[in-house]
Amino acid sequence: MTASMRPAPSACPGCAAAPVAEVQAARDLPRAQIALSLPTIHCSGCISKIERGLDADPRVHSARVNLTLKRASIEAAPEVTAEEMRALVQGLGYEAHELDAGTLNASATDRAGRDLLMRLAVAGFASMNVMLLSVSVWSGAEAATRDMFHWISAAITLPAIAFAGMPFYRNAWSALRQGRLNMDVPITLAIVLALVTSLWETMLSGAHAYFDAALALTFFLLAGRYLDHRTRAIARSAAEELTALEVPRATRVVDGAEDQVNASDLAVGDIIRIRAGGRMPVDGEIVTGTSELDRSLLTGETVPVFAGPGQAVSAGEVNLTGPLTIRATAVGRDTSLHRMADLVAIAESGRARYTSLADGAAKLYAPGVHILAGLSFLGWYLYTWDMRTALNIAAAVLIITCPCALGLAVPAVTTAASGRLFRQGMLIKHETALERLAQVDTVVFDKTGTLTTGTPRLTNLDALAPEAVSLALALSQHSSHPLARAITEAATGAGFVPAEIRDVTEVPGYGTRCMHDGHEIRLGRAGWTGAQAVAETATFLKVGKGHPVAFTFADALRPGAEDAVKALIAQGKRVILMSGDTTPAVAALAQRLGIRDWLAEALPADKAARIEALTEDGARVLMVGDGLNDTAALAAAHVSISPASALDAARVASDIVLLGNDLGTIGTACRTATSATRRITENFRIATVYNVVAVPLAVAGLATPLIAALAMSISSITVSLNALRLR
Amino acid sequence: MNILAYLIPISLILGGLGLAAFIYTVKSNQYDDPEGDARRILSDDWDDHPKP
Repeated sequence: MTASMRPAPSACPGCAAAPVAEVQAARDLPRAQIALSLPTIHCSGCISKIERGLDADPRVHSARVNLTLKRASIEAAPEVTAEEMRALVQGLGYEAHELDAGTLNASATDRAGRDLLMRLAVAGFASMNVMLLSVSVWSGAEAATRDMFHWISAAITLPAIAFAGMPFYRNAWSALRQGRLNMDVPITLAIVLALVTSLWETMLSGAHAYFDAALALTFFLLAGRYLDHRTRAIARSAAEELTALEVPRATRVVDGAEDQVNASDLAVGDIIRIRAGGRMPVDGEIVTGTSELDRSLLTGETVPVFAGPGQAVSAGEVNLTGPLTIRATAVGRDTSLHRMADLVAIAESGRARYTSLADGAAKLYAPGVHILAGLSFLGWYLYTWDMRTALNIAAAVLIITCPCALGLAVPAVTTAASGRLFRQGMLIKHETALERLAQVDTVVFDKTGTLTTGTPRLTNLDALAPEAVSLALALSQHSSHPLARAITEAATGAGFVPAEIRDVTEVPGYGTRCMHDGHEIRLGRAGWTGAQAVAETATFLKVGKGHPVAFTFADALRPGAEDAVKALIAQGKRVILMSGDTTPAVAALAQRLGIRDWLAEALPADKAARIEALTEDGARVLMVGDGLNDTAALAAAHVSISPASALDAARVASDIVLLGNDLGTIGTACRTATSATRRITENFRIATVYNVVAVPLAVAGLATPLIAALAMSISSITVSLNALRLR
Repeated sequence: MNILAYLIPISLILGGLGLAAFIYTVKSNQYDDPEGDARRILSDDWDDHPKP
């Protein structure tokens, strides 16, 4: 990519000047790079229709649709905005969303994957050639022919392994420098020792050379690494796409003129306009306008809060009814949203202590192998006083015990399990998340936005007078407030017809009013309609001088919430509900779902502290949450899940992201995780059995390169097949 | 056994060609959109003349 954009270097400056000038001119106009997400495309017809549609726009320089990622990348003239392109594609009949090109930083992970793939290809090529030469040696090539084959093998192996094994050498070196042992240390040692003894044997025209074994080892281990990398790259790119979908834009007001800017360009003191339904990009203070604020993502409270001039607002709150103008008081890293990061950092230090199954196995395995190889070297040296025999046998022991199958044991299983869960709408972000999920015995749920959708539902429709309902329906049709929308939905669903009303005005922050039969009718907050506030979320209808009627609301349950809780309880797990919402709301939901332990009005720090207390009592906690107030708790828990609708900060802090709307997959995920962990332990056992059989042969000096190659291939294949049995 | 003098270089060269071709495909982004490329071949947009 970058290479083709740079002008080609030329030896003669005169020759180069003309084409460079052209390139320079073309480059002076920077092209707009626009990325769109196209979730509904599925066939070649979609591709050509969209590409043709985009290319027809004269300002578009090039457009390419990627069907695998369901994305279009467009290069266009600088004045083209993403919104225009989105509208263009939408006009062709496809759903389209703008993606923040800055967040889609796929190239870095891509380069790492490509690098691994290249090394894998080199190792594969070299090991096939060397294996062919080895087969002729095993089948009886002798004397000069054998030596020639060994020399050719050496010539192929040495450069290939120097290139392909680089990731192992690097990891081993960094582990050794910190005084630790990991899987890569025995791998590197085995490779180096095998090469050295094989070269030495070849020089002395000996019979046994392990070039093929060293290469096959590198190939199998690289295959494991590549699988592992791919699994995580897929999860990472899907997570990046979620983030990129929320393009952080803000409307800045300068001298009365509105200007769309990136949220990152805002400065303290800027005047920002926030339309109804928009999210606060920064912390600030309201200058003009009244409205109501939805704080559920920050605090878990479902009841909207009144907002008027002079009041402070925090980034992440949603403006519900009227447009607001705010003056920024804190931007970027200083906003309350980002201050939460400190809490998260403290909570995360606990999780770093987790040792993965692979690391645990390596800790047992690496010293054992080295001691065994060292002892057999020493034993044979003392027995024969022959350096060559002793070194040969030590190399054979290292090669045979080398964790070929161990290196595949974990990635093969996690690839299979992550793929299965991804199809069910779960994104496994962290490499050890599955292992940790399998150990969970306590599940903590957040309420608002996690177990519930965060959208209210009218609860007392049957208890209300029909006239009141039709009046309220007429009024609520004129408002986009979530409570009004809930009334509209419930009343229309029940077959009510809106009453005849006139002079409808929405009073942002308070409610809606109108005239009907000469009376003023108000639908809105308790204080504005002269009603007594009640504990639940409610809005009130006041007709003329009459008594206000309460419309009460409850949060709608997220689909699958009931199933998830039931499945988890059936699996013998303790389920706890922790919310920042009021006690009656939390108690009602807990009773509805059959959750016995619950905690209401919890502050963010309370949640994290409670989870730490549970952890200290020996519980392995799974935290499921979506809000900013859950972030610290998500990081403190043993493993954490957040829905795709969660705030970015919460998604970053959690190990697993639910892509769909359905919570029911959590129960399945726990079961898949348990069986995946069982397969991993089985794989470790299989690898150990091969070692137990082959090691005595190696120590006794009976291992030939043929036996080493067989043991390695068969154990790797068994382990991979076992991983595929995962259900 | 003199045939080995020809066969071994030939096999190495053929294998090396395969490796070089694979590295070329990786370097030229041919694995970025496997699903899309599998379907693009069915489109008849550029059958009469190549894409400009």
